[in-house]
Amino acid sequence: MSAPRQLVVVGNGMVGQRLVEAVRQRDPERRWRITVLGEEPRPAYDRVALTSYLTGTTEEDLRLAPDGCYDADCELVLGDAVAGIDRAARVVTTASGRAVAYDALVLATGSRPFVPPVPGADLDGCFVYRTIDDLDAIRSRAASVTSGVVIGGGLLGLEAANALLSLGLATSVVEFAPRLMPAQVDHGGGEVLRRKVEALGLTARLDTATERISAADDGLRMTFADGSSLETGLIVFSAGIRPRDELARAAGLAVGERGGIVVDETCLTSDPAIWAIGECALAGGRVYGLVAPGYDMAEVVADRLLDGDAAFAEADTSTKLKLLGVDVASFGDAHGAAPDALEVVYADPVGGVYKKLVVTDDASRLLGGVLVGDASAYAALRTMVGQPLTDTPEKLLLAGPSTSDLGDDAQVCSCQNVSAGAIRAAIHDEGCADVAALKTCTRAGTVCGSCVPLLKTLLTQSGVEANPALCEHFDVGRAELFDIVRVTGLRTFSEIIARHGRGRGCDICKPVVASILAGLGGGHILDGEQAALQDTNDHFLANIQRNGTYSVVPRVPGGELTAEGLIAIGEVARDFGLYSKITGGQRIDLLGARVEQLPAIWKRLVDAGFESGHAYGKALRTVKSCVGSTWCRYGVQDSTSLAIMLELRYRGLRAPHKIKAGVSGCARECAEARSKDVGIIASENGWNLYFGGNGGFRPRHAELFASDLSDAELVGLVDRFLMFYVRTADRLQRTSAWIEALTDEHGDGFAYLRRVLVDDELGLCADLETAMERHAGSYTDEWAAVLDDEEKLGRFVSFVNAPDAPDPSIRFVTERGQIRPVVAGPTLEVVRR
Amino acid sequence: MTVLDVQTWTAVCRFDRLLPERGVAALVGGEQVAIFRTHDGAVFALANHDPFSDAYVLSRGIVGSRGTLPTVASPMHKQVFSLVSGECLDEPGVAVPVYDVRVRDGDVEVAVP
Ligand SMILES: Cc1cc2nc3c(=O)[nH]c(=O)nc-3n(C[C@H](O)[C@H](O)[C@H](O)COP(=O)(O)OP(=O)(O)OC[C@H]3O[C@@H](n4cnc5c(N)ncnc54)[C@H](O)[C@@H]3O)c2cc1C
Ligand code: SF4
Repeated sequence: MSAPRQLVVVGNGMVGQRLVEAVRQRDPERRWRITVLGEEPRPAYDRVALTSYLTGTTEEDLRLAPDGCYDADCELVLGDAVAGIDRAARVVTTASGRAVAYDALVLATGSRPFVPPVPGADLDGCFVYRTIDDLDAIRSRAASVTSGVVIGGGLLGLEAANALLSLGLATSVVEFAPRLMPAQVDHGGGEVLRRKVEALGLTARLDTATERISAADDGLRMTFADGSSLETGLIVFSAGIRPRDELARAAGLAVGERGGIVVDETCLTSDPAIWAIGECALAGGRVYGLVAPGYDMAEVVADRLLDGDAAFAEADTSTKLKLLGVDVASFGDAHGAAPDALEVVYADPVGGVYKKLVVTDDASRLLGGVLVGDASAYAALRTMVGQPLTDTPEKLLLAGPSTSDLGDDAQVCSCQNVSAGAIRAAIHDEGCADVAALKTCTRAGTVCGSCVPLLKTLLTQSGVEANPALCEHFDVGRAELFDIVRVTGLRTFSEIIARHGRGRGCDICKPVVASILAGLGGGHILDGEQAALQDTNDHFLANIQRNGTYSVVPRVPGGELTAEGLIAIGEVARDFGLYSKITGGQRIDLLGARVEQLPAIWKRLVDAGFESGHAYGKALRTVKSCVGSTWCRYGVQDSTSLAIMLELRYRGLRAPHKIKAGVSGCARECAEARSKDVGIIASENGWNLYFGGNGGFRPRHAELFASDLSDAELVGLVDRFLMFYVRTADRLQRTSAWIEALTDEHGDGFAYLRRVLVDDELGLCADLETAMERHAGSYTDEWAAVLDDEEKLGRFVSFVNAPDAPDPSIRFVTERGQIRPVVAGPTLEVVRR
Repeated sequence: MTVLDVQTWTAVCRFDRLLPERGVAALVGGEQVAIFRTHDGAVFALANHDPFSDAYVLSRGIVGSRGTLPTVASPMHKQVFSLVSGECLDEPGVAVPVYDVRVRDGDVEVAVP
């Protein structure tokens, strides 16, 4: 065996590290000895996830090299930058004077942040955002100032701004271009982004050039081209990057006019012993500022060093990221640069969603697109670039592509270059049954994470993960359908199923659509076509019982009932011969009413001042309460008044399942509030709020969400919680199961809810509150409305051809002084003495 | 030879009285009949009796489709029946009677043997 040859790698960044691993993997015989020379004082780390370093991720968490990567044949030298290359002697020398000879040299020196030549840019308090050391410096400065500015509103600038916000600084972004993220999104997308970002507390100054920076009393003063100025505690430059080609330049290698070490398709520089990869390389006339093309280059060079023939092809520069909770993605020809390209745009500035697809002029092929606010379809759309469209552009835009026709060679993870076929193989042959297993096995989803939804879909299609499809008529689940209906503005079942489903619906999807329409303020639930969607309970505004009769439950807010009210209910029960019973929700259930009796019963109840209790609906049922501080000697707050107020606010709210609430006047908890979806327990200082309890088959205690709230704070949080639940939970999913599902998806469901509902990470809070305000403001009593409507009243008949004839099959006997249905089978007799 | 139409048709209501994709109950010669109108204007008639719950409620179920077959789901425990044959699609071997039904001059007529 010949003596090993010496490979020297300059730079231990993401790409340099990848090269080492790739060579090691392909070279079990150790034909190459490797020496890596790195300038930073620490081994390579995940720069893509750099920002998480400010929110608790440690240096160790970010470290890239697997254990055992370095050994006697593979040496890593840190904190010693290479200062020169002697190409003739094939030796590099470092700043500390070390000299290392090479047979092959790979430059992986990355890039440096560009700092524009603004006077004062070198003052104390000015930073860049590239390394762990940079972040340490920013964090230490942030501890003594209250505000910060990021110069540059691009992808990285917004990420840096997010970081400053998370450090508690009042943060502004100053951008030279007239929109944010000018390289990724077009004007419409930039506008949606600006609104979202501002809603989160960032200030955006667009169209603004910084002329000078000077020291001010408490920090720095920025003066702009229009003469205005801004004082701030610190400044972060994020105005682009420049390849670090200085070594190559000094050694006389070819470099590009605007920087970057010129390489051919094998990543070889103008010297046949020297290669360049990653952000320092100019490949095919481009410098790539993303990690994925760098990884490709590393693989190419590793292959070539071991006599392979791999070549670097033009790389995908699609990007998706979550900035301040806003999804932003662009892919392919995002700006419609191709001749005759057509753009199909969907914009909802209020909802904060902007989507654009660029297609060929005959709408036959997808060229690219931009997604802001909702990038759920990104992973699947990206794989379709250049392919024939599988659906109309409009449908792709709104519902996203179906992934069933994803070819095996379609690229799913562009960061790690993993195809759909490889994922399918991992599922079928390696037995990967969840996303975590796929990540370990294929490395897909481990860099930017944007393909994770697609991994889930592929798992689902393989029958490994539960299918979200509602029923045979809709491929999506309730939450997606809610979004589709919300953004498309479709308001009839016929249109919704024609455009987004198939067939004529069933007892599963029709009530779901009815609930969605009700949740979007669709008017009376028995109006027009909606009437036919309701199951029998909602159709007759009463609960069906085992013999085909119905129960009647008037609303008794907070369980508070006057003597007159009690008498009126008693008289109705007596006059119609109904069975009465007190419910667990502190109201009165009247049973045994026949369909044709319902209007007359309700006429009496409405005249006596009652309204529908929605006991028949997947809706808010009751807000149970104790008597609280008004009567109880232990009470610390007026639980009854609060319960009444809440019940009146949320009455009529249609939801994926029933919702119950309770309010107790002190910690003794007599209202059993913690067994409710929304539980409220008085404290000395206000209200403690609990979410996610229920009784039933699997009892659950609600968990503490927030403490010592004022009335207004409490209502704000409950508004957001309920509306978010209404929009995103699955069919028949109580809040506890919904929170569990959020845990599966986001780690800790409760923490996620706090981020969304308290920190407003998704920028939804205002919208959720407005929607609830609209609900509360537009509430009308369903029963009163029916009594005023001849056409609807006409449906409450036993038989179309004999409207008042009672159903002859319904029979009762008397038991303990009240009626009881006659049903087949044994009965239990209780003898009273 | 003349074949006599031995079926007796009973008019139960005007066609307009039927909501698309919904049912009504009618009392015909002592039988309870569930009559449905689908989205395309077709009418179907089944017995109103739900064999699973023993209650007369099929007319109050949700109308829909399974594949291309028009269906109704019992409002009680959601078993699905074919509107064409009366067969229960969830429980083989169970079926409800089907009646002839037609629309004449805007009247819905049912024939109960
Ligand atoms: C905050 C942030 C977020 C990002 N997010 C994304 C993202 O979401 N998606 C994405 O694709 N990309 C992202 N990037 C870009 C990504 O990090 C880079 O594309 C990737 O790090 C490039 O790898 P590299 O090895 O070429 O350069 P680097 O990772 O920068 O490594 C170069 C290394 O070489 C060292 N070096 C330079 N000169 C010398 C010398 N003379 N001697 C010795 N050592 C030297 C440097 O100190 C450095 O350690 C992000 C970058 C940042 C800063
Ligand atoms: S919860 Fe407290 S205030 Fe309410 S009844 Fe019980 S002891 Fe009294």
